[in-house]
Amino acid sequence: MTEPRPPVSLVARVLAAVIGILVAGGLLVAGSTWFNGRQAARQAYDRILLGAANDIAESVRVQGGVPVADLPVSAFELLAQAPDDRIHYVVRGPAGTYLTGLDDTPAGPRGSGAVGPVYFDAQMQGEPARYVRVTRLFAERDFSGEVSVTVGQTLRARQAMALDLMLDALWPMLLAGIAMLVMAWFVVRGAMRPLDALSEGMTARDPYDLTPMSTEGLPRELQVMLGAVNRFMGRLDRQVDAMRNLISDTAHQLRTPVAAIRVQAETILDIPEPEPRERALARLLARTRSLGTLLDQLLSRALVIHRTDSAPRLPLDLREVALDIVERSDHELLSPGAEVRLVIGEEPVMVAADAFSVTEAGRNLLSNALKHGRAPVLIGVEGGAAEAALWVQDAGPGPDAETTARLGARFERSQSSPEDSAGLGLSIVKAVAAAFGGRMEMAQRDDGFRVSLILPALQAEDTP
Amino acid sequence: MSCVLALSLSLPAMAQEDRARFGAGPDVLLVRSTTDIGIIRPVIDAFIAANPDLSVDYEQWGSNDLFAITREACQGQGDPADAVISSAVQQMVWLVNAACAAPYRSALTAALPADRRWRDEIWGITEEPAVTVYNKRAIGGADIPRDRFALLDMMRAQPDFLRGRIATYDIQESGLGYLFAHIDSLEATTFGAMLEGFARVGAIATCCSAEIIDGVAEGRYYIAYNVLGSYIAGALSPEVGVILPEDYTLVLSRSLLIPRAARNPDGAARLLDFVLSSEGRALLAAAGLAMRADPDESGLLPSAKRAIALSPALLIAMDANRRSRLFTLWEDAFIEAATP
Repeated sequence: MTEPRPPVSLVARVLAAVIGILVAGGLLVAGSTWFNGRQAARQAYDRILLGAANDIAESVRVQGGVPVADLPVSAFELLAQAPDDRIHYVVRGPAGTYLTGLDDTPAGPRGSGAVGPVYFDAQMQGEPARYVRVTRLFAERDFSGEVSVTVGQTLRARQAMALDLMLDALWPMLLAGIAMLVMAWFVVRGAMRPLDALSEGMTARDPYDLTPMSTEGLPRELQVMLGAVNRFMGRLDRQVDAMRNLISDTAHQLRTPVAAIRVQAETILDIPEPEPRERALARLLARTRSLGTLLDQLLSRALVIHRTDSAPRLPLDLREVALDIVERSDHELLSPGAEVRLVIGEEPVMVAADAFSVTEAGRNLLSNALKHGRAPVLIGVEGGAAEAALWVQDAGPGPDAETTARLGARFERSQSSPEDSAGLGLSIVKAVAAAFGGRMEMAQRDDGFRVSLILPALQAEDTP
Repeated sequence: MSCVLALSLSLPAMAQEDRARFGAGPDVLLVRSTTDIGIIRPVIDAFIAANPDLSVDYEQWGSNDLFAITREACQGQGDPADAVISSAVQQMVWLVNAACAAPYRSALTAALPADRRWRDEIWGITEEPAVTVYNKRAIGGADIPRDRFALLDMMRAQPDFLRGRIATYDIQESGLGYLFAHIDSLEATTFGAMLEGFARVGAIATCCSAEIIDGVAEGRYYIAYNVLGSYIAGALSPEVGVILPEDYTLVLSRSLLIPRAARNPDGAARLLDFVLSSEGRALLAAAGLAMRADPDESGLLPSAKRAIALSPALLIAMDANRRSRLFTLWEDAFIEAATP
């Protein structure tokens, strides 16, 4: 069984990156200081080696036709500056003949005729060593030729010095690295604090609280995220509201008609004569029909509210909506024989909206006009530069002022309302208008009463 | 090729002067040394007592032979010793420089002063002054030469009195004698004058500390120059006076190394730690191998004490040109002396 790995914290990620950068930098610097230290040590000890070789070369004298080295102690004391290193020296005459020295090895690169000092690396009894060879030319009466002095030394002191130089350079860097790490820790913690506060706020929040969270004082990156969260919560809030409304509407609206239907049905059972029973049955039928309409409206309103939040807004020609409403001829069921006229122009009237929602709104307007208004009923479309309207007009005087003020709220059913009216029609229109940034307008005109759904017009150039 | 090797080849067979077996432990430690068995015996006995699992096979060698056999062992010929102790420290430094020694570190070796160790491969285990010895019956009072200048004056003033009565080591035979002569030669002015003086009075170059000291005790020699003080302590006769020269007194530290090819390096390291321990130092002092740090008794000023440092500078002493130059000077002085 493998435990799922706990998610890595942001702080840990940033700190890991910082440590990685510091370590990589530290390795680079360590490498470079080691290289520099080696160069410095090599130069310093090469000079000592050369000094010793020159000392020995200076001590060579020609005695009786033979070069003889009177080794100076100073040369060896110079070499003893590297206290733990083994040394080697050899003095050679012309053609490499051995004059004196510790022993006859190693020769190193054969003389290239160079007069200046020649440095070379070789092994000294299995240990790496550095050598220098200097050549001195003699032109005496009894001896003429070159005498070369080779001096070598193992590398312990050089390595110790290179290491010392490197460590001297690295100590402050190590301390600086630690200081930077500590600073990085605090900086990262500081930068993460709003995030901590945010997550604390979210944890402490009531799960039913869908109000927006405050973005004040948050860094811009977090504001973007929190804005998205807030938008999401807003939509959720509206959906929950819509659902709650649907349930309460449904309960509220259905209880009375269903109770009435039951009472009527019971009454019918008690009526012995066939004639009154027939009449009562007809009434029962009308009631159930009205109940069906009510259910339609409730569902359509819930759907509209749901869609206005979730359906994409597409370019929509209001003329097509009006045409569609008239062609579906639902009004024929509501009020058979009523006259409905379509008033549309040649030009398309474009808005950005959801076709289904707008059609539902239009249908509700039309059915309201058919139910409450006076024939003839007109349905039409008007387009302006900024706004477009889908309107329904009847020839009647419209509702009185008191009713107008209350219209559009849910469950607005006056005493005078017919019993098959749910009072939901205008509330659907209002909801659609609000969802797409428009409004509902009622106006008493010379030739009748007009209710308009006004939406922002989609500019011609915006259409694809 | 080196003179030393030529010398060793010229000898028909190298052989130890003496040998002794200490203890009966199963773990045998082969020690080759220039130190007389009689002098070192108490130290080795105490070491065996402290380490009963070890037994010490102690071989006593002349310094040049010891150098030759150790060098051959280093080159893979013949048996290597487990520990080599020699008073000819220039040869020991040469061996270390030739990578013939194995390193070893302990708290005791680290406590040694810097001039008594090198590379943690060679350690100076004793502290022995090079002294002037005189016969008390022959020389007394104000005549006692307290420093080299007094000895020079004496050789100038009384050449007939001293003729054939001054002895010193033969530097051809004794590595230690050569080392003292070499260090003296670095003090150039005195050394030239000393050789001149030796030539004037017909000084005797001879072998071996014991023989020289016996000669002084018997009155055959009046003065012996540059004798290792440790050899006197054991058999000090009332006839023999000892001088620590006041101008400068060379202090030799007999050195120990563990050959790289040693079969029992652990045992050798234990021997080294033992002789450096307080018990070992006390035993060495009792054997006369450690100088008494008592200025009243020795009359030696601290500034006159010249320790022979274990450093690569001693390699000069091994240089063929320098050896032959020194031998030439020496032979000039002493051959002249031999034919008055």
